[in-house]
Amino acid sequence: MAERSDVVFVDGVRTPFGRAGEKGQYWNTRADDLIVKAIIGLLERNPNLPPERVDDVAIAATTQTGDQGLTIGRTSAILAGLPLSVPGFSIDRMCAGAMTSVATIGSMIGFGQYDIGIAGGVEHMGHHPMGEGADPNPRFLAEKLVDPEALNMGNTAERLHDRFPSLTKERADRFGLRSQQKVAAAYAAGKIQPDLIPVAIKSEAGWGLATQDEGMRPETTLEGLAMLKTPFRPHGRVTAGNASPLTDGATVSLLASADVAKDLGLGAKMRMVSFGFAGVEPEVMGIGPIPSTEKALRKAGLTIDDIGLFELNEAFSVQVLSLLEHFGIDDEDPRVNPWGGAIAIGHPLAATGVRLMIQLARQFEERPDVRYGLTAMCVGLGQGGSVIWENPNFKGGKR
Amino acid sequence: MTDFSKLVGLDPDEVVTHSYVRDITLPSGKVLALITLDNGRDHTRPSTLGPATLLEFSGVLDGLKTRAAKKEIDAVAVTGKQFILAAGADLSKVSEIPDRETGLLMAKLGHESLGKLGGYLGVPSFVYTNGLALGGGVEIGLNADYRTIDSSAAAIALPEVFLGIIPGWGGAWLLPNLIGIENALEVVISNPLKNNKVLKPHEVFDLGMADAIFGPANFLEDSLKWTDGVLTGKTKVKRKNEPGKIERAVKWDVAIGIADKMLASRIGRVAKSPYQALELLKAAKNTDKKTGFAAEDEALADLISGDQFRASIYAFNLVQKRAKKPAGAPDKALAQKVTKVGVIGAGLMASQFALLFVRRLQVPVIITDLDQARVDKGVATIHGEIDDLLAKKRISADEANRLKALVTGTTDKADFADCDWVIEAVFEELGVKQQVFADVERYISPEAILATNTSSLSVEQIGAKLKNPERVVGFHFFNPVAVMPLIEVVKTPKTTDAALSTAMVTAAKLRKNAVITADTPGFVVNRILAKLLGEAMHAVEQGTPFETVVEAVRPFGLPMDPFVLLDLVGLKVGAHVLDTHHGAFPERFFESAALHELAEANVLLEKDGKGKPTGKIDKKAIAIVEKHRPKDAKALTAEELRLRVEDGLADEIHRMLEGKVVEAAEDIDLCLILGAGWPFQMGGATPYLDRVGASERVFGATFHTPRIVGVA
Repeated sequence: MAERSDVVFVDGVRTPFGRAGEKGQYWNTRADDLIVKAIIGLLERNPNLPPERVDDVAIAATTQTGDQGLTIGRTSAILAGLPLSVPGFSIDRMCAGAMTSVATIGSMIGFGQYDIGIAGGVEHMGHHPMGEGADPNPRFLAEKLVDPEALNMGNTAERLHDRFPSLTKERADRFGLRSQQKVAAAYAAGKIQPDLIPVAIKSEAGWGLATQDEGMRPETTLEGLAMLKTPFRPHGRVTAGNASPLTDGATVSLLASADVAKDLGLGAKMRMVSFGFAGVEPEVMGIGPIPSTEKALRKAGLTIDDIGLFELNEAFSVQVLSLLEHFGIDDEDPRVNPWGGAIAIGHPLAATGVRLMIQLARQFEERPDVRYGLTAMCVGLGQGGSVIWENPNFKGGKR
Repeated sequence: MTDFSKLVGLDPDEVVTHSYVRDITLPSGKVLALITLDNGRDHTRPSTLGPATLLEFSGVLDGLKTRAAKKEIDAVAVTGKQFILAAGADLSKVSEIPDRETGLLMAKLGHESLGKLGGYLGVPSFVYTNGLALGGGVEIGLNADYRTIDSSAAAIALPEVFLGIIPGWGGAWLLPNLIGIENALEVVISNPLKNNKVLKPHEVFDLGMADAIFGPANFLEDSLKWTDGVLTGKTKVKRKNEPGKIERAVKWDVAIGIADKMLASRIGRVAKSPYQALELLKAAKNTDKKTGFAAEDEALADLISGDQFRASIYAFNLVQKRAKKPAGAPDKALAQKVTKVGVIGAGLMASQFALLFVRRLQVPVIITDLDQARVDKGVATIHGEIDDLLAKKRISADEANRLKALVTGTTDKADFADCDWVIEAVFEELGVKQQVFADVERYISPEAILATNTSSLSVEQIGAKLKNPERVVGFHFFNPVAVMPLIEVVKTPKTTDAALSTAMVTAAKLRKNAVITADTPGFVVNRILAKLLGEAMHAVEQGTPFETVVEAVRPFGLPMDPFVLLDLVGLKVGAHVLDTHHGAFPERFFESAALHELAEANVLLEKDGKGKPTGKIDKKAIAIVEKHRPKDAKALTAEELRLRVEDGLADEIHRMLEGKVVEAAEDIDLCLILGAGWPFQMGGATPYLDRVGASERVFGATFHTPRIVGVA
């Protein structure tokens, strides 16, 4: 009988994120090459890991066609040079793809079937615009199952502003500004760079090297934000300044059973405590992380007060603020996204989940006073995903 | 810098490979200026280095030198577009180089541009060979301070000597000083002469032509990381093959001497480029770079403006282009599918056919012979060959099983019923061939192709007794079948376009180059060789010493002399070929009674105990030939015989063209290069016959207008 075991997050890396579109740094780079380079970078950083010990490779992508098709978990494992004996599969839960990869591989390890797994995600939103090739069932419309507006994420964010009038545009802009400032500060302090795997990039002007996230706008001001267009509604509240930009990028993590990680000398940056996924009305998909976090807390036997660090995906300011307000947390609580988030860094849909974990893991190293952290995100079509992690560096103290 | 405008003017339409520069900040914070060479086309049009390309590259390096002086950059690196660094000099316009001076400019431009990577910039230079690199493409790297290579790069080579020139943009001087004289000899001289063998990336690394090797998935990233290590001093570069004092004092000249002897015994002393390369490599021992480069300039200018280079480029284009689009080939769409192949005969030749067809077409191949024992032996031979391929890891176990299962034998020709292609390899006798085709025609469909490998019979006559002679083609292989790249596809007056197209497409699938010939005796290769061998045998019968005959044809630079060739093809076969041609054209081709008797006695070359030729003629052979000397015999001088052979060849080729045996002189040359190994420096035969005046003497004109000759 297989024995259940503790699951640890050994390590995580990612490519620098690029702006989606023809002017973005990855326009001439394939999505699968991004994830492959991330996997190679992960393996190189963990030389104690015998590659043949990897039991599975789960890679998420929202649009699973073209350079994200052909079961990208398998193709990228082969392309990254993992032994052919290592299997792989693809995952899709839109924005929570990589988080679902982690939850799935984590469960496989936790249930004792696997010792080691690779979990990550990739999204080349330049090559695969949101909703590309989608063919929604006409019943959605005919039976009014989902408001057609719910298929556009910007509209769902506007709807959140409608639902929670206290979440004003001004608060959303301020949150967006803070994100830019915090990311700039984190970069300046060298917090982000150690986990980036440089990517050689082709352009018509020759080869270059992507070494940092491309979407950051450290020069942002509140005044500037106030001037931005509201593309989803006339006189709306959602702008490019309080939403995450369209992004290309890939992330990947190494998960293992605690015992095997120890045996192989792999180390452990986080221990997986619990996770939860939940559904909400698609029209207000941004509140999805609230019920998913409640689920995860319940399974962990914790309360929100036990969480010392929050890595919340900033699909939209308003959607993060809705969670904070729900749990009674201040907009500028220092526990929340201390190094900024997707508004500045970018949100390559199915890749983002592991980016949250990478940052949380780094913060755990710096914060032996923190015991638990939360990674959470909203998901299109009305879902939320949350994973709670424990800090192995925890030395007692506050919580 | 020298004025190169004359050179640039030669090719206003050059596909320019641009030098794009992007700055890259390395992990240490140092800044590297990365040049990407890119001609803006996909990988099917590799980047080449023409005059405008090199001048742009040179200008970019000037700019980077300035930036280096301002401390804006810490290093310069060069890499290529995807899959390709550079395929070398742009040779598309070399035939238009008007004089030696322009050739000299071409050499100097390479040195003055690529040379800037060596010690000029003020910062270290790196070349990341990310893919194909040939000739000048390799020399980009050799000129730089450090090199990395992608472990998946398609091919790396200095093929200059193969084309009749020398690595003259630094290669001849830099390479031996980087990897030692013996390695350099292999790369610069031996490999080009081994049918232009190319290096694999790991060989490049092992030889020391690259300091580091990285996998393709992260080649550029890893090269940049490695570069940072070199710049910061963390990575130390060791070059184990770099020649030391002892190598220079002791080994160098010895290696050159051995190479010189090897060359002379292998290819004679006619071809200039290998010897020129040898001299440059020799001098590289103790000259400085400037002197070495100047010597390369002069050597390259001499060769570029000479006859042999022009003929070589002509030959190269035949092999690269004309061979791939055979003249006179009907539309490929007319070709019938070949889904099962029948081979009549189970002997050695038939087994070779069966193996080739099953490997390349991967369809069922059935062989037949007179009795079950021969059939079984044939199948066993083929299965054994497949096992050998497996043992050598040329094919996988699954593939071996697949191929073996496809090869079967039968004594019942009814089993040929569903073959779409039947080839015979039976005894070279008209009646026998007619009989086997008639037998098999009873069973096969009326459209199935009947191919004969005859070398001396009329293909039309072989098909004369068939109900459907229009599906008969000649399909003349050269021995050894697996190695020789040529098939003469013989078209009779009755052959349909569908049959001919099927033959051409099938030849291509067999990865052979096919040339279409008319159904005339000897087709192309054997007719030319019969002329040459007939003259040689006639001369010795007339009392000309064997050595004089060998001397007479030495200026051609053929891969072997006539007697070695006779020994190789077999004296009996040789005598038969002479008989056939004498029978067809008695006034122009000699038969040789002496050769028949030599064949009978099986004696010609003197051989040692192990059967290896000693280089002399066996005394018994000399005695036999003497017996056949007519009373009025007249020995020829080497000069007389050379003229006879040149004129004889010019006359025969001229007649073949008049008789439309092939479409053009180019096809004759192609056949001789591919089927008989005639050298590039001759251009096959016709450029040579034009340049020595044989064409003018014989028919008052030339095969090529203008003649394919140098400008020096």
